[in-house]
Amino acid sequence: MSDKEVAVPPEADHAAAVAALIAPVPEIIGGAEFVQLLTPEGERVEHPEYSRYIADLTDDDLRGFYRDQVLIRRFDAEATALQRQGELGLWASLLGQEAAQVGSARAMRSQDYAFPTYREHGVAWCRGVNPLNLLGMFRGVNHGGWDPNENNFHLYTVVIGAQTLHAVGYAMGIQHDHAVGTGDPDRDAAVIAYFGDGASAQGDVNESFVYAASTNAPVVFFCQNNQWAISQPVERQTRIPLYQRARGFGFPGVRVDGNDVLAVYAVTKAAMNAARSGQGPMLIEAYTYRMGAHTTSDDPTKYRISAEVEVWKLRDPIARLKAYLTSSRKADPAFFDAVEVEADELAVTIRDGCLSMPDPELMSMFDNIYVEDHPLIEAERAGFAAYTASFEGEH
Amino acid sequence: MAKITIGKAINAGLRRAMERDPKVVVMGEDIGKLGGVFRVTENLQKDFGEDRIIDTPLAESGIVGTAIGMALRGYRPVVEIQFDGFVYPAFSQITCQVAKMHARSLGKIRLPMVIRIPVGGGIGAVEHHSESNEAYFAHTAGLRVVACSNPEDAYWMIQQAVESDDPIIFYEPKRRYHEKGELDLTATAAPRPLFTATIARPGEQVTLASYGPMLKVCLQAAAAAAEEGKSVEVIDLRSLSPLDLDALATSVEKTGRLVVAHEASTFLGMGAEIAAAIQQRCFHHLESPVIRVGGYNLPYPPSRLEEEFLPDLDRVLDGVDRALAY
Ligand SMILES: Cc1ncc(C[n+]2csc(CCOP(=O)(O)OP(=O)(O)O)c2C)c(N)n1
Ligand SMILES: [Mg+2]
Repeated sequence: MSDKEVAVPPEADHAAAVAALIAPVPEIIGGAEFVQLLTPEGERVEHPEYSRYIADLTDDDLRGFYRDQVLIRRFDAEATALQRQGELGLWASLLGQEAAQVGSARAMRSQDYAFPTYREHGVAWCRGVNPLNLLGMFRGVNHGGWDPNENNFHLYTVVIGAQTLHAVGYAMGIQHDHAVGTGDPDRDAAVIAYFGDGASAQGDVNESFVYAASTNAPVVFFCQNNQWAISQPVERQTRIPLYQRARGFGFPGVRVDGNDVLAVYAVTKAAMNAARSGQGPMLIEAYTYRMGAHTTSDDPTKYRISAEVEVWKLRDPIARLKAYLTSSRKADPAFFDAVEVEADELAVTIRDGCLSMPDPELMSMFDNIYVEDHPLIEAERAGFAAYTASFEGEH
Repeated sequence: MAKITIGKAINAGLRRAMERDPKVVVMGEDIGKLGGVFRVTENLQKDFGEDRIIDTPLAESGIVGTAIGMALRGYRPVVEIQFDGFVYPAFSQITCQVAKMHARSLGKIRLPMVIRIPVGGGIGAVEHHSESNEAYFAHTAGLRVVACSNPEDAYWMIQQAVESDDPIIFYEPKRRYHEKGELDLTATAAPRPLFTATIARPGEQVTLASYGPMLKVCLQAAAAAAEEGKSVEVIDLRSLSPLDLDALATSVEKTGRLVVAHEASTFLGMGAEIAAAIQQRCFHHLESPVIRVGGYNLPYPPSRLEEEFLPDLDRVLDGVDRALAY
C-alpha cells in the first residue's frame, strides 16, 4: 500500500464518505443476492442456497483456507518489498483479495482450468504453481515462467480481458471432448476465467459472454470487483451491479462477499459443478477491495480517499476467518503461530530465490519465436552472436 | 526560455490547444484525477472539467470509436492510449474507420482527431508496454503519423496535430518523457510546419535518420563518431507519414550515405520504406547501400534483455561504420 495514503478531504465530505461506506451492505451490494456465510466479525451466517456447499468442509479444510491466505499475503508483501529494493521492475499486489482467490481456486478440481489476469497469485498458489515463478515476469526475466499445463493454470495475461475469450474457447474444447455432463467426477471439467471490474468494459469480455452463452460452454466468469481499475472507480464501467450483466447475456450471475472465503468457495463450487454437469456458464462477482496501489508504479493518493481503505480494513478476509476459527475452536493459538512461522520461512525462500534468479541468456531472445526454423530469425541470431563476439576482450 | 520535460511540454501544448478551441476534448483511461499514468494530462481535468477531459471506461475500441462519433459531431478529440501495446483492441476502429471515413464520404466528413500513443521500450516494463508499432499505422492510407523527440517539438507538434483536419497518430517517446530541453512558452508561432523533418545535427559524411526515442541515441552516436573524425548528419524525421523525402534527399545527396535507425523491428519497418524511396530517388548519389539499424525481428523481449534488443549507441555506430566502409 502507498505509504502516503493520507489525503483527507474537508471534514464534511469526509464524514459523508465514511458514512456511505460504512453501511454494512450498501444497496448496490444487492441485498439478498449478496452471498455471505461469514460476517466481517467472523460470525457464521446461513444462506438458503449456498450453505450446503460448505457442509462437508472439514476443520482441516478451513484451517487450510486460513493458511493459504496468510502465506499468499506474506508472499505478496515480500514481492512488494523486493520491488521497492529494485529486485522486481513492478509488482501487482493482491492485498485484500486473498479470500476471493483462495476460495475460488480451492473450489476447482484438478482437471479444471484457470485463466488468470496478472494479479491471481493466490489462485496460482492453490493450483500448485511455484510462487517463485510468479516473480519472473515482474523481474523481467521472462514473460511468464511456468508451464500452464502442469497445473492447469494459464500464463498471466496483461492485455485486459483477452483471456476471457481463451477461457471460453478452452471450455468449448472440453465440450467437444465430451468431458462435460458425463457424470464422471474425474472426467467432467470446467474452466474459470478471472478478470477485473475494469475489464468488464472490454469488448473481449463482452464477446466472451456472448460466446459462452451461445455455446453453453462450461465456463465460470469470476470477476473480482475490487472497486478500482487503476484510478477509475467501478461506477465508470457500469451502472448496474456487475453480476446483473449476466442476465442480459442469458446466464445466471451472483454477487458474493469476496472477502468471505467460505462464501466464495460455496458459490464457485456451485457454479463449477453446474458448468461441469452441462448447465453452462455463470458469472460470479466477488465484491472485494484492492487494498494497495494498482501496482508499485501507482499512487492512489491521487484519486481515492484513505477513509475508504480504512473501512475495507474492517472487512479483512483473514481477520474474519481467524475470528471464526478461534471462536468455533477449530484452531488454537499453536496453529496460528505455526502458520506465522511458515509464512516467515516462505518469505525467506522467496527472497533468496528471487535474488538468485538468473538473468536470461542473451541468445535466448531468439528462441521459441516459431516452432519451425525461420530464416530471418536464424540470420539475426547468427548476426547477433557475431556482433556480441566482436566486443569480446573489450572493456 | 524554460527548461521543461517532454511530458510537461505535451501537457502545456494540450492546454494551449484547449484554451484556443473549446471543441478540443481529451479522452482516455485514467487521464483525469490521476493525470494519466505518465502524468501528461496532469491538472487538465481540474482546469477544464470532466466534460473536456473525459475518463473513459476501460475499452480502447470504445475510446477510439466514440471519439469518431464526437468528431462527427464537430469535436476535435485527442485520444490517449495508455501504452503502445494497448492500441490493438482499437485497431479496427483506427484502420477501418478513422483512416477511411474521409474517403468513404467522398470528402464530406473530416475526422480531426489525434491518437496519442506513448511508444517504445527502455523502461523495464512487463510485456506490451514497450512496443513500436508505427509501421502498422504509417502503412495505413488515411492516417498521418508523427513522432516527437524533444520538448520543443512535443509542445508545438501536439498543437499542430490538434489543428490538423486529418486524423493523426501522435507518438510520444515514452522513455524520454522526463528529459528536459529548452522551450520558449511565450512564442506564438510554431517554428516549422508539422510534416517536416529537421536537421538535428549537421554533418558531411553520412546521414543518420531517426525519430522519437531513438533520436537521442543517434545524436550521441554522432558525437562519438565526431571524436573519431567522422562527420554524421542527424535528421529527425518527425513525420513518418507523410515522409519529408525532400529533406532526406537533400541530406543524402550531400553525404552519399544513409543509415536509418529505429527501435521497431527492421523487417517492413520505416527503414525499409525509406531505403526503397531514397535508393530510387538518390541512386546516383549513393556511395553505399542504405543501412538499417533497428530492433531484431522478435517479440519485444523480457526487460532484462531489452538493452540488447534495442539499438544502442554501439549498434548505431556500427551501422555508420558499415555505411562508411563502402
Ligand atoms: C487492453 C489494455 N488496456 C489498458 C491496460 C492498462 N491497464 C492495466 S491494468 C488496468 C486496470 C485494470 O482494472 P481491473 O480490470 O479492474 O483489474 P485490477 O487491476 O483492478 O485487478 C489498465 C487500464 C491494459 N493492461 N490492457
Ligand atoms: Mg479492479
